[in-house]
Amino acid sequence: MEDGKIKKVSIICAKGGLDEVYPALILANGARMEGMEASIFFTFFGLNAIMKKMVKKLKVATVGNPSLNLAMPMMKFPITAPFPTWMGAIPGVSAMATGMMKKEMESLDIPPIDEFLEMISDAGGKIYACKLAMDMFKLTKDDLIDQVEEVLTVGQFYEKSAGASIIFT
Amino acid sequence: MATKEIAGNTIDVNEEGYLTNFGQWNEAIAEAIAIEEGIEKLSERHWVVLKYLQDFYKENGTMPTIRKMKKSGVVDTKELYSLFPGGPLKKSSRIAGLKKPESCI
Repeated sequence: MEDGKIKKVSIICAKGGLDEVYPALILANGARMEGMEASIFFTFFGLNAIMKKMVKKLKVATVGNPSLNLAMPMMKFPITAPFPTWMGAIPGVSAMATGMMKKEMESLDIPPIDEFLEMISDAGGKIYACKLAMDMFKLTKDDLIDQVEEVLTVGQFYEKSAGASIIFT
Repeated sequence: MATKEIAGNTIDVNEEGYLTNFGQWNEAIAEAIAIEEGIEKLSERHWVVLKYLQDFYKENGTMPTIRKMKKSGVVDTKELYSLFPGGPLKKSSRIAGLKKPESCI
């Protein structure tokens, strides 16, 4: 960073909701586009985003999500209209909100999670999984998508992050 | 707005070195900007990408996103990064004489 420019970013993604994973992916991809080194370290429920069985199934939480409002799922309500928790609990509502968000994203050329991870990996971005979280969820590397470069301990993550700006999303 | 002497031509550029008048662009200028961007020699594959960007801009009035480029079938993400290392879309747009892309994707 001698010349004031960021050269490397290490992004930590610890949550697994659709809306919680995208920021990490967009930041990592954007960093590569700017010529920076970039990696994402997936830990805890963030592991959902890199699990073969889950990567296509991430959803927006419609219960217990006070930030969610009716405008966000693009229903044309004002952004001040809260998303009632009882409504979010109705079966299918989370899937519907997720579907609406995905449609809106596609129109902005934001790829689905699995395609986005592939793009980042092809762009030279590194995708890592947290060993402790893997042990906790009884996962092995075979459960993870092929783009995962390595399973790391926290110590190894810091080693790989030498000289990087660390971003927690 | 500034002007700059490139490959024997005086061209209009913005503060980041992007051409502001595409009418002034030619292949010799592209070769010269490529060298500034650290690309020794533009290969046939570079030209395919540059041509695609120019056609896209002519048709849409905007720059493609990195995902559009991938989906175009013209060049995949890996190759794009290897052709224009250290900022593929920014560099290729500048060499092609186009605007700096503004999208986050």
